[in-house]
Amino acid sequence: MDSLNALVVIANFVVVPGLAYGSQLALGALGVTMVYSVLRFSNFAHGELMSFGAMITVLMTWWLQEQNIGLGVLPTALIALPVAMLMTIFLALATDKVVFSYYRQKRSESVTYLIVSVGVMFTFGGLIRFIIGPADRVFTDGQRFLLKARAFKKMTGLNEGLAIKTTQGVTIIVAVIVVALIFWFLNKTKTGKSMRAYSDNEDLALLSGINPERVVMITWIITGALAALAGTLYGLDKSYKPFTYLSLLLPIFASAIVGGVGNPVGAIIGGYVIAFSELFITFAYKKVATYMLPGAWAPEGLVQLLSTDYKIAVSFVILLVVLLIRPTGLFAGKTI
Amino acid sequence: MKKLLSASLALAMMATPVFAADVKLGIILGYTGPIESLTPDMAMGAELAISEANESGEFMSGTNISSVRGDSTCIDSAAATAAAERLITSDKINAMVGADCSGVTTAILQNVAMANGVVMVSPSATSPALSTIEDNDLFFRTAPSDARQGEVVADILTEKGMMSAAMSYVNNDYGKGLADSIKANFESRGGKITISAAHEDGKGDYNAEVAALAQAGGDILIVAGYLDQGGKGIIQASLDTGAFDMFFMPDGMIGDALPAAIGPDLNGSIGTVPGTDSPGAAKFSDMAKAAGFAAGPFAPESYDAAALILLAMQSAKSSDSQVFKSHMMKVANAPGEKIFPGELAKGLKYLRQGLSIDYVGASAVELVGAGESAGNYAEIEVQGGKNVTVGYR
Repeated sequence: MDSLNALVVIANFVVVPGLAYGSQLALGALGVTMVYSVLRFSNFAHGELMSFGAMITVLMTWWLQEQNIGLGVLPTALIALPVAMLMTIFLALATDKVVFSYYRQKRSESVTYLIVSVGVMFTFGGLIRFIIGPADRVFTDGQRFLLKARAFKKMTGLNEGLAIKTTQGVTIIVAVIVVALIFWFLNKTKTGKSMRAYSDNEDLALLSGINPERVVMITWIITGALAALAGTLYGLDKSYKPFTYLSLLLPIFASAIVGGVGNPVGAIIGGYVIAFSELFITFAYKKVATYMLPGAWAPEGLVQLLSTDYKIAVSFVILLVVLLIRPTGLFAGKTI
Repeated sequence: MKKLLSASLALAMMATPVFAADVKLGIILGYTGPIESLTPDMAMGAELAISEANESGEFMSGTNISSVRGDSTCIDSAAATAAAERLITSDKINAMVGADCSGVTTAILQNVAMANGVVMVSPSATSPALSTIEDNDLFFRTAPSDARQGEVVADILTEKGMMSAAMSYVNNDYGKGLADSIKANFESRGGKITISAAHEDGKGDYNAEVAALAQAGGDILIVAGYLDQGGKGIIQASLDTGAFDMFFMPDGMIGDALPAAIGPDLNGSIGTVPGTDSPGAAKFSDMAKAAGFAAGPFAPESYDAAALILLAMQSAKSSDSQVFKSHMMKVANAPGEKIFPGELAKGLKYLRQGLSIDYVGASAVELVGAGESAGNYAEIEVQGGKNVTVGYR
């Protein structure tokens, strides 16, 4: 019984939030990695692109709520999501046309791209604040919980509760579906294969008749869709606040690099590695230890490795260690 | 004629030593600097009390009170010290209302007021450090210390029987100061703060913070943050994971937006926000309007600061700081007749007759500790999705 209680504590405070947060990071990192592998630059505007997608979802959700259209127990945002994806794809393609294509023609260094993407990031940020403002918006509706802590306690008779939010469930399920789709697309379809070929060796790909403009376009389409999805899921789970997407950029890049930048599998694993290490390292194991150890050994202190103040530092340290020991990342991506 | 007048005046002075000179109050506030928009009303508040006492004719057998302003600048300690020095040595003030900001107040107290033995009553310095500073009993304030809220919070919690609490505070001076104060007070009352951890504003994800708070446990979670920032994130994440269902919300967390955003889960949570139900506040507001200024922030406290000084002088029958400083607490606190703004004449009369008074004033003054306002807070409970005031303390 005690060990079950301990497990539930960890599940409730680490595993469930970690899976949801990890999925959001993984989807974000997947977008970053796609741009990196095909277009060969680190797209710092990705966080704001996510924010843009989430903003469209928020606006659409408001409109749908006014029309009394909803999904019952599920959040209305899911209906709004396809529109947000389309708009975000449009924004990504327009940005590529207006900004990035110019540097592609000039065959600029990837550092130039990086700086340009910082400029794009600020432009997007300004645009978003202009449209919706900097305030905090909650746009979740429908049923809030799949499983409530109190209901779980009653059901199992355990001391500890386990709560699963609807948004956490939606996030994990959507992430699994989308990741499966992406892998199917990259490995099984002709377009996907041509993208991988272009990413592996640009000149050889051109020689074999692959149209580079088409590959670039498809990359932006996938990136835009992923960004809107990741941004919306994150906003749905927490709340939509433009500023947070800027600070989300760090764990997303950490995820992409830890997994091996340019490697889609790496991006996903990286997302979960970052999310879980943030949670596991800053978690206080007092209750778990109290349940697992004999009574007399129960700890007085919190049994916490690092204070939560250092949460952000965890992703930094992991990033540093990976770059020092295995610069290609866990799954042999490209070196930056 | 002129000579005759001055001669008779001199004669009169010799005959009744209390008439020796006008009583003079310095009003040292930051007329320039970061709070210059507040200080005109504050000074008018203090001057209103002075003119009221003058008009009554009751003050020290009809002694006239005059005032002189000095600029504290709020931030420049050297300039503030010089201004105070000038008021004391050349204008010969008997006491001062001021200063305003905590930093310059400390500088004036240590460099000028203590050296010259002059009483100072600050209407707006709230730093907890001023509670314990060495002051030769010359320093008072009509504003509560930030530490005071910690006491109120601890009182409410212990009265409700909550003896263990987890605490999360916003990582800045306000959050840290308040958290320290709550912890010290709560623990001295036998309570236990299981964890006191900082959170950053402007983040989306507060699961890690809440996980640590939840493991430490407690009857209630104290969230010393801001309602539209990290404070809200912490409460939301705590409710989502079932970590806590009761929250204590100090003044930074009180606002209509929070219950609206969180929903019915917040019902039953409690909080504190500065406020008084004393009729003096409304009365002072009317008086200020009639006198042509607004009872803005700290204007009531300024009125009370000047009034307290005058009442203490009346009580001590002396305008000498060394003499009347010991009467400050006596006129401010019970027992005695309650004196509200606009009733200074009555207060002065009672004191002249040797009766005791309890000055309530515009901000419900109650001097505690080393001579600072007890501070009045409204006790809030969230009921039906609204912040409802359930009491004052």
